[in-house]
Amino acid sequence: MAAAVPAQTEQVPTAGRLRALTGDRLALLGAAIVLVVLVCALLAPVLAPSPEDAGGATDPVNALLAPSGDHLLGTDQVGRDILSRLLYGARTSLRIAVEVIGLAILIGLPLGMVAGYVGGLLDDVLMRVTDVFLAFPALLLALALAAVLTPSVGNAAIAIAVTWWPWYARLIRAQAATVASSGYVASARALGVSHARILLRHVLPNSAAPVIVQASVDFGGVILTAAALSYLGLGAQDPTPEWGLMVSQGQSLFTTQWWVVTFPGLAILLTALGFNLLGDGLRSILDPRQVTRDRHP
Amino acid sequence: MRRVLVRRLGQALIVLVGVVIVTFGVARLVPGDPAITYAGPRASQEELDRVRVELGLDRPWPEQLVDYAGGVATGDWGTSLHTRRPVLDDLSTAVPASLELVLVALVVAALVGVPLGILAARRRGRLVDGTIRLLSTLAVSMPVFWLGLILQNVFFARLGWLPVAGEYDPQLDYTSPLTVWTRMTVVDALIGGNWPVLSSALAHLALPAAAVAAYPTGAIAQMTRASLLETVGEDHVRMARALGFGERAIYGRLALRPALNPVIALVALVFAYSLANTFLVEAIFNWPGLGSYAAASITTLDTPAILGVTLFVAVAYVLANLLVDLVQAAIDPRVRRAL
Repeated sequence: MAAAVPAQTEQVPTAGRLRALTGDRLALLGAAIVLVVLVCALLAPVLAPSPEDAGGATDPVNALLAPSGDHLLGTDQVGRDILSRLLYGARTSLRIAVEVIGLAILIGLPLGMVAGYVGGLLDDVLMRVTDVFLAFPALLLALALAAVLTPSVGNAAIAIAVTWWPWYARLIRAQAATVASSGYVASARALGVSHARILLRHVLPNSAAPVIVQASVDFGGVILTAAALSYLGLGAQDPTPEWGLMVSQGQSLFTTQWWVVTFPGLAILLTALGFNLLGDGLRSILDPRQVTRDRHP
Repeated sequence: MRRVLVRRLGQALIVLVGVVIVTFGVARLVPGDPAITYAGPRASQEELDRVRVELGLDRPWPEQLVDYAGGVATGDWGTSLHTRRPVLDDLSTAVPASLELVLVALVVAALVGVPLGILAARRRGRLVDGTIRLLSTLAVSMPVFWLGLILQNVFFARLGWLPVAGEYDPQLDYTSPLTVWTRMTVVDALIGGNWPVLSSALAHLALPAAAVAAYPTGAIAQMTRASLLETVGEDHVRMARALGFGERAIYGRLALRPALNPVIALVALVFAYSLANTFLVEAIFNWPGLGSYAAASITTLDTPAILGVTLFVAVAYVLANLLVDLVQAAIDPRVRRAL
């Protein structure tokens, strides 16, 4: 079976791609981490030892208990079980990531398609606009926006999305421009197929693969940026279970109660690591030509 | 080359104008009345009217935008609501400290990241490669603020090896006072030959610089590896192989030089991100730079200061990008044609 897969062709067959993915141990590790995070988020109410601690419940008697059999990862400054808050925190992080990337695609996709397909002056103007937004590091513009909006998870997501859409606009524009100049689109036009139909039936499907790859790579970056905003007090607010917020709330206690900061930070690190490894693996398989373009807050 | 220069300068100028417009737009989004923030909650109606005229809030917004852009271009970046000083003055004391941190971090990142990337590419698919890929992905996945806290806790609180906060030991101000030239402590100490301050400053730099360096180190290692692997497959490298050049010459010189081009471009991008990352690190290490200034501005809702910082970093990014493009165009004819 393995011998039947041609080693180097323009179009790698699906089976070959799957084999390449399973052969890449780091990508597998990433996939495993992502799976664990997804399970944690989905089953948080079942897995959490004390689900009520994800909210505003306080239990001052049990504040700042070291990790033990009762509280595997210890308790925080108001006595909430840290493990429970970490599990629910996976929901917060994934929700922000889905919202940001969804919004970014929603804005970037139509703009990029039109810019790439129509070309000319419109293309120039739209691309200069993306240049402008790309000049602001994601964390920075999000910071400025989050500072003038009321801090909340939703507003943090909006602030990050504002800095994230230009990447998608550019990605899709490049794809659309290639398709627009191809012979079959010219023939389709000659046959009287409408622009709208070409955009929907040819340009859009051709942009799918790179967009999926980019989205999977971006999950890690968005989660890091969102955690950073919450750490600065511009994202999630207490009692929302959010990892960056948990680090910020625990930092003054770090030297005496190491667990309040260590575990939420590890959760951020491992989640970002999982998505980055998986994304890199997917990219090298689906889109080998695209050069590494990593981003960060 | 001149055509490239003019074209690229023109583009940068357009982007700068756009950056000013976006910053102004963010300022317009501020809920509440900036006049009240400025004059204080007890201000009388006449006082508010006077402040409105003073801040130009009584005029239509296109006029305000033109005014704002003109101010930015002529060095009037507004007045901080908190320090009551011109934002540009505040920035001129904060920026050098942050630049020092970022530049040291970037130099470290390049010195560590490039050799790691070369090593990974040479040993592609082996254990070394896998280890370096894992480590570099860990580095780019690191929440900087958490890394800062961990470093502080381990190297100061537990081991007591390195100092916890500030730029240098303040007691040295009495024994060996530092002459200020550039406001970058390390540079000033070097210029003045002030060795006690220099060693203290380097020890104070180690932890925050390490925290800021994590991301660029990982990103540079990844980019060097990817770019080198791509170059190694090109004709000129195959030709070199056929001519009998060894792996050492290929990875160390022949393929490395063209492969470093995208790495240089990456450094410009990473420069801006690292400046933004100082926002998360400086407060932890009490480093008197842009990040501490921004953090203070955020807690006091000091909009002009926040916008000043935003504008500064964006302008720095545009200029760094411009510089990199021009340098690349100067050394690489292929880039010159593409621009």
